[in-house]
Amino acid sequence: MPEPRGSRRWPWRTLRATAFPLLLLGLFEATARRAAALGSEVLAPPSAALRALAQAALDGSLWPATGFTLGAAALGLLLGAGLGTLAGVTLGLSARASRATFLSIELLRPLPSVALLPLAMLVFGFGTGLETSLVAFGTFWPQLLLIQAAVRRVDPQLLELGRLLGLSTAQRIRKIVLPAIVPRVFTALRLGMGFALVIAVTVELAGNPHGMGYAMLLAQQSLAPAMMIGWLAWIGVIGVLLNTTMLRLQRALDRRMGVAV
Amino acid sequence: MKSAWPASLALLAALIALWWAASLTGWFSPAFLPTPQATAASLTEGLRGDLLQASLATIGRMLQGWLLAAVAGIALGAAIASSATLRPWVQPTLEFLRPLPASAVMPLAIALYGLSPAMVLSVVAFGALWPTLLATVHGITSVEPRLIDVARCLRLSRAAFLWKMGLPNAVPDILAGLRLSLTVALIVSTLGEMLASQDGLGLAILVASRAFRASELFACLVLLSLIGLAGHALLVLAGRWLLRGQRH
Repeated sequence: MPEPRGSRRWPWRTLRATAFPLLLLGLFEATARRAAALGSEVLAPPSAALRALAQAALDGSLWPATGFTLGAAALGLLLGAGLGTLAGVTLGLSARASRATFLSIELLRPLPSVALLPLAMLVFGFGTGLETSLVAFGTFWPQLLLIQAAVRRVDPQLLELGRLLGLSTAQRIRKIVLPAIVPRVFTALRLGMGFALVIAVTVELAGNPHGMGYAMLLAQQSLAPAMMIGWLAWIGVIGVLLNTTMLRLQRALDRRMGVAV
Repeated sequence: MKSAWPASLALLAALIALWWAASLTGWFSPAFLPTPQATAASLTEGLRGDLLQASLATIGRMLQGWLLAAVAGIALGAAIASSATLRPWVQPTLEFLRPLPASAVMPLAIALYGLSPAMVLSVVAFGALWPTLLATVHGITSVEPRLIDVARCLRLSRAAFLWKMGLPNAVPDILAGLRLSLTVALIVSTLGEMLASQDGLGLAILVASRAFRASELFACLVLLSLIGLAGHALLVLAGRWLLRGQRH
């Protein structure tokens, strides 16, 4: 693609990409202002939400809640994705193990994390343990399946060669399997991070009295619609930031690993 | 390929035996670990009354939300994907909204619509919309470019292009999106029942845990897992049937 054409199209493309959301925001602002003028206690215009969010950032109430949610999500992802990768490599290498576990996995996998919340509450009480365990449960299954599929795609001739060279199973995993699946592990982690954030916020909405989800629910219940919409937007921004960061990292990694982009 | 059933049934039986042994040791409080027999008893008793009602309510909510999302997602996706003028305006916004947790919309929906079944249904449909919508857009825009040239040469109308090339090409993507949408629909239905106290398995779980009736709680979990499994299996079978011509 010739360079000058790209640079000429750049502002046009950004304009088109931002026009639609700006239009939506404008509509929302107008509707909410009219509702507020009529005495609504449930809707606030985006400008008020932004002000409330800035206020929360300045007085410091924004950061602990954000930190709690992100911390619990990260810890849970570490646990769930770590165990999921281990299980995925095992099941990917052993056809017998994957046949034996298939039914149990298919029965446990569809359980929504939030349905396990009351049970986890009885076991862990409120707090980090509760949220971390549920995020770990929810991120374990997709990681397991993606890694299992990735390991199955490793060239069987390479594994055969490893066997011929007399490598032990541990050596074959470390020298052949793991390098081959690195890009897919990263893709799985990126998806898992999205799940982790969703589960963490959902758990906070459904009962764990910490973090961004709870702060948002509290704002709704105390009739502070500006703050509630502010939290919603903030959660969205964090989700997008995490996703784009991971996408950038992944592209850099893929280029380094020589994967066709 | 050998059948997976004998080995996996054996493992499942072993896991249940392990559960039974663990519940007998007394290391775990019976308030959160019932015996398998107690769970089975709660399940059979519940299926004659409340739990059947709750399951049907959850299944109904999940299916309605999923159907709404499927129809809207495929229609909107087809409209966005087939219009080269519309797509650059709208698609960046869709990509931006994708990582937003659907459950986070629940407080806003409660504020707007109150604790009503319609509120839960709208959030279920909203959450389940994204996977199908984005999969449809992706499936149609990845039509082989030469086929698009053919369509142009034949002067196919937009509807004819969608019907003859776009949608058939997108079927595998749409099926994957629909499966993900169903998962999301079940999750958001459960959450909505918990938050808005609507009849269903979500509420039944909450009630059972508050009364420390662990066997009932486990019975609900078993039902939820069976619902999720059945929905997934049906969609996989439907997909195989739809794609039967493309398999060799």
